[in-house]
Amino acid sequence: MYRSHVLVCGGTGCTSSGSQKIRERLEEEIKRNGLEEEVGVVKTGCFGLCALGPIMIVYPEGSFYAMVKEEDIPEIVSEHLLKGRVVKRLLYDETVKANDEILPLQETQFYKKQHRVALRNCGVINPENIEEYIGTRGYEALGTVLTTTKPEDVIKIILDSGLRGRGGAGFPTGLKWKFAAANQADQKYVCCNADEGDPGAFMDRSVLEGDPHVVLEAMAIAGYAIGASQGYIYVRAEYPIAVERLNIAIDQAREYGLLGKNIFDSGFDFDIELRLGAGAFVCGEETALMTSIEGNRGEPRPRPPFPALKGLFQKPTILNNVETLANIPQIILNGADWFASMGTEKSKGTKVFALGGKVKNTGLVEIPMGTTLREIVEEIGGGIPGGKKFKAAQTGGPSGGCIPAEHFDVPIDYDNLIAIGSMMGSGGLIVMDEDTCMVDIAKFFLEFTVDESCGKCTPCRIGTRRMLEILEKITNGQGTMEDLDKLEDLAAHLRSNSLCALGQTAPNPVLSTLRYFKDEYIAHIVDKKCPAGVCKALLSYKIDADKCKGCTLCARTCPNDAITGSVREPHVINQDKCVKCGACMEKCRFGAIYKE
Amino acid sequence: MLSKKPTVQFNGTKEQEKELLAVIHELKDEKGALMPIMQKAQDIYGYLPYEVQKIIACETGIPLEKIYGVATFYSQFNLSPKGRYRISVCLGTACYVKGSGDIYNKLMEKLGIVGGECTPDGKFSLDACRCVGACGLAPVMMINDEVYGRLTVDDIDDILAKYE
Repeated sequence: MYRSHVLVCGGTGCTSSGSQKIRERLEEEIKRNGLEEEVGVVKTGCFGLCALGPIMIVYPEGSFYAMVKEEDIPEIVSEHLLKGRVVKRLLYDETVKANDEILPLQETQFYKKQHRVALRNCGVINPENIEEYIGTRGYEALGTVLTTTKPEDVIKIILDSGLRGRGGAGFPTGLKWKFAAANQADQKYVCCNADEGDPGAFMDRSVLEGDPHVVLEAMAIAGYAIGASQGYIYVRAEYPIAVERLNIAIDQAREYGLLGKNIFDSGFDFDIELRLGAGAFVCGEETALMTSIEGNRGEPRPRPPFPALKGLFQKPTILNNVETLANIPQIILNGADWFASMGTEKSKGTKVFALGGKVKNTGLVEIPMGTTLREIVEEIGGGIPGGKKFKAAQTGGPSGGCIPAEHFDVPIDYDNLIAIGSMMGSGGLIVMDEDTCMVDIAKFFLEFTVDESCGKCTPCRIGTRRMLEILEKITNGQGTMEDLDKLEDLAAHLRSNSLCALGQTAPNPVLSTLRYFKDEYIAHIVDKKCPAGVCKALLSYKIDADKCKGCTLCARTCPNDAITGSVREPHVINQDKCVKCGACMEKCRFGAIYKE
Repeated sequence: MLSKKPTVQFNGTKEQEKELLAVIHELKDEKGALMPIMQKAQDIYGYLPYEVQKIIACETGIPLEKIYGVATFYSQFNLSPKGRYRISVCLGTACYVKGSGDIYNKLMEKLGIVGGECTPDGKFSLDACRCVGACGLAPVMMINDEVYGRLTVDDIDDILAKYE
């Protein structure tokens, strides 16, 4: 029995900022102080507040140390763990009140409005120890289902809960299961889509890293419900920590008899295999994912037949996203009504968002459906740094759109997001401020889809490229107003003629920015200006003669000798020679160089 | 997808081949084994040249053109070798809006290569990648397995110097 536990985040965010070394040093110092019998160190999954990594929490006090440095460790150990004096100086400043009182983490701005269901165990348990999962009612749902519930009743619970797919499209999970259960076959499959490809979304990774067993348990429940004995998890190879922990979890579950033959003596067999992706965004699409597991180029197949009838290896298959699965055991344990009591009328439960971009508290947040963008950005996210103005939030990745400030108070759920021209997607939420050019962002996403289009169907392969070319023309200052009509025309073709969702939704970033930020397009086309100062061809660098001290640094830095002037005299940039690299602006010590 | 033509002489050893054959024989009867075999093969050789694809084709009976098709479809399979230090700059959305495009351009300028290439001395190769999932630290780049976050263009020189 330990008197104190130190939880150190071992998620990708904190590992990237050095939490591994922090943990090693911590263990060393604890040993040096002879506390190894009294203080336990636990490597957990993601706490969510990645911006403050590396993070560690000391229990029972719940002291939240943020941005911990290796050299802080001896002080934390000798002061806090040995003498019981919290090192306030190193705590997350939001947890220390003006009167020096310490606020529980759950009451800080970032955590206050969150409600953790899918991320329940992330940052709480050691993901590499099955007993810690079992200790938080892990595998209880599977046991209950296998011993007391008929498969059709399991499906009914999921249907009644109103759970919809968290991968993006929002298809009712129970319905998907029901279709697959209804199809008879000698073999069926349960697949887990862990090919989280949307740039800027990492909630699935955090669940896999922080609570891998919940995915295994949910897949076994799904297998029982539809009559499948084999599961596959298709996970991105870019997530090495997730892969490692899944492998550990699968081995442990087999050892404990929670995967394999005759689970809970119920006669039900279920096993899971891991398959690694190899860097193709389209493999997040369900039929492409299955084609890839089969060992082929990951190209989508036409639907129908839907996977519930002919999926993996031509057998009835269900494919659920990681976050969707992470909700399943909780729904079984707490009941469909409990789940349906959270959220909005048509979108039940919670949703995890990866909050990123120009916002103070970047990280993972789980909130009830129906929370507004304002609450997410201003309260949980802590607003935009540097006193800049909010311009838009991008949701849904390359399939989604940009939501402008005028929709700040729309409750976020599947249907509302579609109504305002975006979509839920997997939950990336990137905040953009006045320095972000919306035409450039549309171009960025189109570059992505051009790159990732598999090339099987013509509308997507060629249509995305043509759209990108038009956007390049506009950002180079050569666009015409007719180009905007062409963009909309192409978008309509892509939407109705592409084989899979990748092509069908590829125009969304363009359409939503055209809808809300048409003035920026017009500024690029008519005025030949980029209001945000991003598109290079439309910028010119200038020197403010009043601020310039004539130090000659810029002239010496310029790679193209475009800057002239005498010592201690204001310098001038020759616009014909300037290549707009911005090197002069970076080097200027007086802030005399500006772009317009 | 671009075709990735091999440019470097293949230098596989007998030990590598033995290891590959063991992997193939262990996996080949599993359903959909081709990609796991190719992934292990790339772990062994560092890349997937024609010679390695041919061994896989001969041992599994899968046509070489299918293996080539799979190898060129997925961005993680490399048909030519990478540098000793593999730099990948995240151009995911969160990093992009925080300026990872500038970091990428700076690296191309510093190294004198474009994305997807390797410096002539075989030391650095540069690629853009899509989201390593460390969005909280944006902008981010990786050199081999080391992650560098909260980058500015000015950090590049010091970071590259570590690998001299």
